[in-house]
Amino acid sequence: MSPDSGHHADSPALLDRGDTRLKDRSGIAGALKAFADRVQSGDLGSLPVVIGLAIIWTVFQTLNPVFLSPRNLVNLLFDCSTVGVISLGIVCVLMVGEIDLSVGSVSGLSSAILGVLWVRLGWPPELAILAALAAGCLIGCLYALLFNRLGMPSFVSTLAGLLGFLGLQLYILGPKGSINLPYESPLVTFGQLLVMPAPVSYALAAVPGALTLVRRLRTARRRRASGLSSRALGGLLLEAGLITVVLEGMAYYLNFARGVPWMFGLFVGLVMAMNYALRSTQWGRSMTAVGGNREAARRAGIDVRLIYASAFALCSTLAAAGGLLSAARLASSNLQAGTVDVNLNAIAAAVIGGTSLFGGRGSAYSALLGIIVIQSIASGLTLLDLSSSLRYMITGGVLAIAVVVDSLARRSRVSHGRA
Amino acid sequence: MTQLADLSASDPRSLVSLRTISKNFGAVSALTEVDLDIFPGEIVALVGDNGAGKSTLVKILAGVLQPSSGAIAFDGAPVTLSNPSAALRLGIATVFQDLALCENLDVVANIFLGRELSPLQLDEVAMEVRAWTLLGELSARIPSVREPVAALSGGQRQTVAIARSLLMNPRVILLDEPTAALGVAQTAEVLNMIERVRDRGLGVVIISHNMEVVRAVADRIVVLRLGRNNGVFPPDASNHDLVSAITGADDNAVSRRARSVAQPRSLNPGRH
Ligand SMILES: Nc1ncnc2c1ncn2[C@@H]1O[C@H](COP(=O)(O)OP(=O)(O)OP(=O)(O)O)[C@@H](O)[C@H]1O
Ligand SMILES: [Mg+2]
Repeated sequence: MSPDSGHHADSPALLDRGDTRLKDRSGIAGALKAFADRVQSGDLGSLPVVIGLAIIWTVFQTLNPVFLSPRNLVNLLFDCSTVGVISLGIVCVLMVGEIDLSVGSVSGLSSAILGVLWVRLGWPPELAILAALAAGCLIGCLYALLFNRLGMPSFVSTLAGLLGFLGLQLYILGPKGSINLPYESPLVTFGQLLVMPAPVSYALAAVPGALTLVRRLRTARRRRASGLSSRALGGLLLEAGLITVVLEGMAYYLNFARGVPWMFGLFVGLVMAMNYALRSTQWGRSMTAVGGNREAARRAGIDVRLIYASAFALCSTLAAAGGLLSAARLASSNLQAGTVDVNLNAIAAAVIGGTSLFGGRGSAYSALLGIIVIQSIASGLTLLDLSSSLRYMITGGVLAIAVVVDSLARRSRVSHGRA
Repeated sequence: MTQLADLSASDPRSLVSLRTISKNFGAVSALTEVDLDIFPGEIVALVGDNGAGKSTLVKILAGVLQPSSGAIAFDGAPVTLSNPSAALRLGIATVFQDLALCENLDVVANIFLGRELSPLQLDEVAMEVRAWTLLGELSARIPSVREPVAALSGGQRQTVAIARSLLMNPRVILLDEPTAALGVAQTAEVLNMIERVRDRGLGVVIISHNMEVVRAVADRIVVLRLGRNNGVFPPDASNHDLVSAITGADDNAVSRRARSVAQPRSLNPGRH
């Protein structure tokens, strides 16, 4: 092949390095340059949200030194987990280019189902939880049916659901209104108190880095064996090391206060599972394809309806799961559950985290990053004793900025050929 | 769709036969009682003017559109191609005129879309190797298969769509204007590829407006005009016959132009 394979000259020419126009981006410097190229062409990924988070944290920390204290951050993580799980479902529907505006109501309904079945009717809590999740799944299937069979835009059907399921929540809670969940029950402990023992938190914080390293090394070895270019060992070690150091540092810091909430561990576990499903399975590939070009996906033989159904069902089920977690967090199923700003926070988190409203582009991690931004703002404003009116306005402003960034990046991608 | 159309008249050797296929879009009848046979080891060229119904016919064969009436037989057995996966399952691969690629996915993902290796843990390495091999066979000029398809030129995209159609060892390949955007070398490679798969015993349908391409590879030229069959020609048929079948008249723009070019121009004697 070409002599320009550069420093690979001693090894046989690589399958994917044959084109002379291709710049070598293999070393650490190359990786940085490639990253800069991507950002320039509008493929921003999670860069804006990381920058935004740094700004938000600096501002609030200077206004109130309690903000970044371990104690406050532990609370922040407890609060993140409930809406974060809902936001993870939103990522799914956004991936296929649809929307679910009813996640707040569905989460409220699910917490009501839990309270009524468990406390009022005396069901075992496990069964009540299952029933609430099943109800969520059923609602998602209903949206999918309306979308697939009747061509009803998800915007409209879920807007109807927003009102309808809020009504259902109020109906099943009845005139007595809120239900207190048993305070000593494992569920409430999980939602309010349960944190990892320090050694467990350190062990778990090492997992993502180790997993990354093992997977990357295996891929690199297989790529070399197949005659493809592969990433150098140094870069891989650096990446995995960086992840591990950051996570261990966080665990260390949080362990000055109560420690890492198990609920947050559950949330991160779900995010990682969703990331795997979206990135490394046929289902995830089909989701991205349907969101990018529905007709092309159909012509490739993908069952487009099934993909939409899975997205809606997953979203509503995760919304129900988020409702259960927030019931556990508040130790009650009440009329306000899911009504206040859960809906917009969940959607805003996904978009702020970098999942596109236009479909076909996003990542499970956007739910994690986005919800940390949203909860940071909420927590910072609460610490400053600002009213919720201001909180709404600021969160709305941040959402608007995120959507503007999304649209601008999309335009730039189109002009740089990265649609 | 009615299955009543007479399939018994179809040739027993044919791989795919379409009988009296009609397709209406509202008041427009894009196809009217069209017949077409595809034989194994044969290249059929489908020609016709813009809007003649070629792409519509291909989409019906690919399961993308359903005929308003008529019957389709595959291997002699009547089939209903109610969706694209039904056609793909039979081994009918298609390169669409509009290519139908996902711009947000990279080249490898597009080539393997819907047929990914190891669905629960995608085998990206094996898929990338296979993608490079397929693209190499087509002399593709694609710098990186890990770029989103949105970053490719028109011809590169066309190559990706063709590579995609070759992936699953199909039995019939339908190519709707596969060389319209290709360079000289790539066109030659695609024509070579078409002959190679023909020699392997596949049935090939190629749509092209380029008579040179058609004559170079076709074993049989089927003409569509205004949605109807308008004759079948051997590849060595005279240009005049083909053009009048396509345009439907002896006196057409092409022949008038040919005459005026042949005669010396009286108004402009300065130039030859
Ligand atoms: N989806 C559609 N809805 C309505 N009419 C359509 C549709 N698709 C095709 N047609 C009509 O059917 C006729 C045949 O179109 P078709 O795309 O099959 O032409 P073609 O032979 O492929 O032309 P070209 O050479 O320009 O590609 C045209 O008159 C077109 O307007
Ligand atoms: Mg056409």
